[in-house]
Amino acid sequence: MNALRKLFRFNGGVKPDYHKEPSTTEPIVDFLDVAPMSSEYVIPLHQSIGGVPHPLVKAGEVVKKGQLIGGPDGYVSSAVHASTSGRVKAVEARLMPHTSGLTALCVVIEPDGKDEWIERQPVPWRSMAPDEVRDALRDAGVVGLGGAVFPTYLKVNPGKKGKLDTLVINGAECEPFITCDDMQMRQYGETIVRGAAILRDLTQAGQVLIGIEDNKPEAIAAMRAAIKATGEARIEAVPVPTRYPAGGAKQLIRVLTGIEVPHGKRSTDYGVQCFNTGTAYGVYEALELGQPLISRVVTVAGNVERPRNYVVRFGTPMKDVVALAGPRPDSDRLIMGGPMMGFAMPSDAVPVVKATNCILVGSPALFPPPPPEMPCIRCGECAKVCPTDLQPFEMYWFSRAKMFGKAQEYHLFDCIECGCCAYVCPSRIPLVDYYRFAKSEIWARENEKAAADEARERYEFRMLRDEREKQEKAAKLAAKAAETKARLAAAGAAAPEDEAKKALIAAAQERAQQQQAAAAQPADAAPAGDPAEQQAQR
Amino acid sequence: MLSAILVMALGAVILGAALGYASIKFKVEGDPLVEKIDAILPQTQCGQCGFPGCKPYAEAIAKGEADINFCPPGGEEGIRKLADLLGREFKPLSEEHGVEKPKSVAFIDESTCIGCTLCLQACPVDAIVGAAKQMHTIVAARCTGCELCIEPCPVDCIAMMPLPETVENWKWKYPTIPVKAAA
Ligand code: SF4
Ligand code: SF4
Ligand code: SF4
Repeated sequence: MNALRKLFRFNGGVKPDYHKEPSTTEPIVDFLDVAPMSSEYVIPLHQSIGGVPHPLVKAGEVVKKGQLIGGPDGYVSSAVHASTSGRVKAVEARLMPHTSGLTALCVVIEPDGKDEWIERQPVPWRSMAPDEVRDALRDAGVVGLGGAVFPTYLKVNPGKKGKLDTLVINGAECEPFITCDDMQMRQYGETIVRGAAILRDLTQAGQVLIGIEDNKPEAIAAMRAAIKATGEARIEAVPVPTRYPAGGAKQLIRVLTGIEVPHGKRSTDYGVQCFNTGTAYGVYEALELGQPLISRVVTVAGNVERPRNYVVRFGTPMKDVVALAGPRPDSDRLIMGGPMMGFAMPSDAVPVVKATNCILVGSPALFPPPPPEMPCIRCGECAKVCPTDLQPFEMYWFSRAKMFGKAQEYHLFDCIECGCCAYVCPSRIPLVDYYRFAKSEIWARENEKAAADEARERYEFRMLRDEREKQEKAAKLAAKAAETKARLAAAGAAAPEDEAKKALIAAAQERAQQQQAAAAQPADAAPAGDPAEQQAQR
Repeated sequence: MLSAILVMALGAVILGAALGYASIKFKVEGDPLVEKIDAILPQTQCGQCGFPGCKPYAEAIAKGEADINFCPPGGEEGIRKLADLLGREFKPLSEEHGVEKPKSVAFIDESTCIGCTLCLQACPVDAIVGAAKQMHTIVAARCTGCELCIEPCPVDCIAMMPLPETVENWKWKYPTIPVKAAA
């Protein structure tokens, strides 16, 4: 039946050199089995898309491995846990594994060497309501490990129809140098299949397709064996043609199902959802073992003597991991991720985080500096290779000219920053740099606009309230004056002979009239028909 | 003949109804030009333009009573947008109205605050919370940085702090010269 499956293709794509073999000669090993504990673990609170988790521990506190140290904040957010036992040295701003070179709040743990777990208990997910299972996944800190680190619990959703047609498990791993998913499938195929089965049941998916690029025959064989061994139904490992970026979610969905998710639409609306193989592994550990996400498989590759995959605890300084792989003397930079979509790191001291699928060590020989940028000759090569069917040269033109509205009209936000366009551009234009620049400018502007709109609303509300308060005060004054008048009038009727009192009454009446007139004025000036105003007058 | 008249009459009635409906459905609220100008202004509500808020300034621009370069928080970009909208020439920010500053938010030194509520009354966007005789605090996300609360504070415990650059709000730089990857 495997041979019969009809595959589709996505437009564009490129075939870069893969450089994958060197890191697949040795099996995955737990980093702590071959290296000593790091002197400190620096665990950033913000490791996923969405809200920044708030710290739940203070300096001096003792924590166990797997203990919650960052609570999810807001709807889109995911928990963060201690990756080993020890003492919290500090909760402070540390350098982040981010191109900006900026710092952010981290929990710094000094390990006690015991590596002692919290009490772990399997989650009875089969008997729980879908919401509760989602909460459990959020609290276990499970996020997409393909690189996007989107909180997984938000994606464990059967969609509008109540059940998915197809659940895609992404084992394509198309980016050069990276082999963490490949090796995990070879060694831990059964765990991945069990995780995929959980996701299948949670989303009530009709079928599960595990897409693997056909340059990984070992992984394909291992996954097929694992499916047989576990006896899980409706799961199939499907080899897909090797072409970058076959591992893009929309591209893999297209290849496996033929469904083309249009610009700005979600795949669940079309009955498909996509998870990375590593994420499926994490889901299994979180639910069946009650073990939160505290480590991941990381490929160390590039300019090193012994490229390999390690299971690395979050918070481990990248330099410790790189040191074990033996960086060559001419190494000059670290890239998190691959050569096509990766990010330059500001230092080798930054920690491994949930998004670290690969630490790529660079050198001038391996990645020579780009030749100078030349003008665009509108050759259209970029558009031919764009896997999302965009017009890169148009987006480039408008991003460069800072005409962001125009760039958006060309669907800038559908660009997955795969780098195919820059890869083929004969003018060597760093196209993706322009897209990233334009995207962050647009985001900033939209945030500013939202803030201004909120400020306008608050300001208008305040004006309304001030006006109402003024009127209420005036109304109260008028009422009081009328009361005094009535009282005095009554007193006047009882003792008409008192001339002095009469004068007093006249004076009071006059005052009351003046006040009434004053009170009437703002009410006239106020816009008629305003419900808030009317309420105030009532 | 009669049927022709009827058809015409019917047509007139339908068209009239459609027009009437359209005039209700697409009724413009307020002055559309003022709204458009106000949408460009930053809503800091600081009064540096010489008007008691962004909307009054927007009205003044629409009436031609004020120039487009009075708003320091909006800065050059704001002036450019106004120039575009109104089909006028760009001109630099008028100096007498102030200078463009990086966006800041107010911070109350909570140990000095005496809870007098004066700042609370001055804040145009209700960004300060607190009650009489209780320490006040500023909701940073709501603060527009207008600085109107600084002046009224009798114990000078409010200071403006520029918003720090964070990983979340960091922006990719314009790729002028190929940026050298971090060494
Ligand atoms: S490939 Fe480069 S030169 Fe050719 S159209 Fe695209 S941006 Fe221009
Ligand atoms: S980086 Fe964006 S524009 Fe360029 S090929 Fe990839 S998706 Fe298309
Ligand atoms: S100067 Fe600008 S931000 Fe301040 S009130 Fe005037 S228009 Fe609004």
